[in-house]
Amino acid sequence: MLRRTLPQAIAFIIGFAMLIQYFIPHPISERFYNVIVQQWLIIILGFMYIFALRSFFMHHIVKIRRKKEGYWFSAMAIVALLFMLSSGLITTRGVFFDSLYNYMIAPLQATMFSLLAFFIASAAFRAFRARNFQATLLLVTAVIVMIGRVPIGDYLWKGMPDLVEWIMSVPNMAAMRGIRIGVGLGAVATAMKIILGIERSYMGGE
Amino acid sequence: MSISTSIWIWIAALLTLMIYSFLYKDNPFYRLAEHIFMGLSLGYTLVILWYDYIIPRIYQPLFFSPHQWSLIFPILLGMMTFGIFSKKYNWLIKYPLAFYVSAFAAIQIPVMLRSWILKQVEASFLTPDKFSSVFNSINAILIFVGLVTTLIYFYFSKKREHGFGAAATVGIVFIMVAFGAAFGYTVMARISLLIGRMQFLIQDWLGIM
Repeated sequence: MLRRTLPQAIAFIIGFAMLIQYFIPHPISERFYNVIVQQWLIIILGFMYIFALRSFFMHHIVKIRRKKEGYWFSAMAIVALLFMLSSGLITTRGVFFDSLYNYMIAPLQATMFSLLAFFIASAAFRAFRARNFQATLLLVTAVIVMIGRVPIGDYLWKGMPDLVEWIMSVPNMAAMRGIRIGVGLGAVATAMKIILGIERSYMGGE
Repeated sequence: MSISTSIWIWIAALLTLMIYSFLYKDNPFYRLAEHIFMGLSLGYTLVILWYDYIIPRIYQPLFFSPHQWSLIFPILLGMMTFGIFSKKYNWLIKYPLAFYVSAFAAIQIPVMLRSWILKQVEASFLTPDKFSSVFNSINAILIFVGLVTTLIYFYFSKKREHGFGAAATVGIVFIMVAFGAAFGYTVMARISLLIGRMQFLIQDWLGIM
C-alpha cells in the first residue's frame, strides 16, 4: 500500500488536478498552478539533486576504494566538486567563484563541444559515402547548408544564401513539422500513461 | 607576440590543450581535465541551487516574516529523497518522484498539444493567403506534401505498398533533407566553437594576433 498504491494515487491526483486546472480560467485555478509550479516543483527538484550527488559520490568513492585503474582521476573530480562548492559558499558567489566559472568551466565546456567538430567530420567521412540517392541527398544538403552559411558560399555563388534559406524554410520545415507532430503525440500519450499509472518505470517498477 | 601573464588565462589555455590532446589519443591529461570539468560543473550547479533556490524559496519563506508554513509540505515531500540512503526506506523516494513526474507530465500535455501539434498543423494548412504568388504557392504545397508524407513515413501500422509506399518514399526525401540541414547546422555550431577556442589560444593566450 505505502510502497506502491499510495505513490500511484498521488501521481493520479496531482496529474489530474494539474491537467484540469488548465481548462478552468479562474483565479483559484491559476493560484493553484503557480503554487505547484513555482514553489512545490522547484523545492522538490532541489531535493532531487541529492540523487545526482549520491550517484557522483557512489561512483567515484567505489572507484577510489577498490583502487580501480585511474582512481586518482575520481579523487580529482571529488576535489574539484568540493573546491567549487566551498569557493561558492565561502565567497558567496564572489569574484573568485565567477573566475572559476569563466576560466575553467566555460573553456572546458566550449572545448569539449568543439572537439565534436572533429569527430562529426570523421564520422561523416565514413558514414556519408554516397551509396544511394537518400545518402547523397543528405550529404548534398549538409554541404550546401554548411557552405551557404559562411561568406565563401556567397562568394562562390550569389544565390547560395537564398538556397540555404529555402532549404531551411521549406523541405526542412516540412519534415521537422512532421517529426514535431510525432514527438508531440508521443509525449502526450506518455504523459497520459504516467498520470493514469500505466507507465511506472520511473518509480523503479515494471 | 606577447604571451599572457594572467594566471587565469594560463589555466584556461592549459585546460583547453588538455582537452584537445584527446585528438591524438585518450591520455591522462584529457581524463584529468574531463574529471575536473565534471566536479566543477556539479559544484557550480549546487552553489546556484543553494543561492537561487534553497535560500530564497525554502529558507527565507520559512524563517522570515511573512512565514509561508504551507511550504512545509513540499519540503517534507522533498526530504523523502533522503530515503535513498537507506535500504529499508528507499521506497520513500517514490513519493516525491510520483508527485514531480506526474505534475510535470500533466503540465506538458496542453503545451505539447498546442505548440507541438495544433500550431504545426495550423501553420501547414493551405489557406488562400499562402497562394499570393507562384513561388509562395509552390512552397506552401511542398510544405503540405512534405508534412503529410513525413507522417506517412513514420506510420508503421500499415504495409508499405502501392500509393502508401510511394508516399513514404517521398517522405524520406524530405526527412533526408531535414537531417542533412540539421547535420550541417550542428557542424557549423561546433566549428564556430572551435574557432572561438583557437582565437582564445592565439590572441588571448599567446598574443600572436
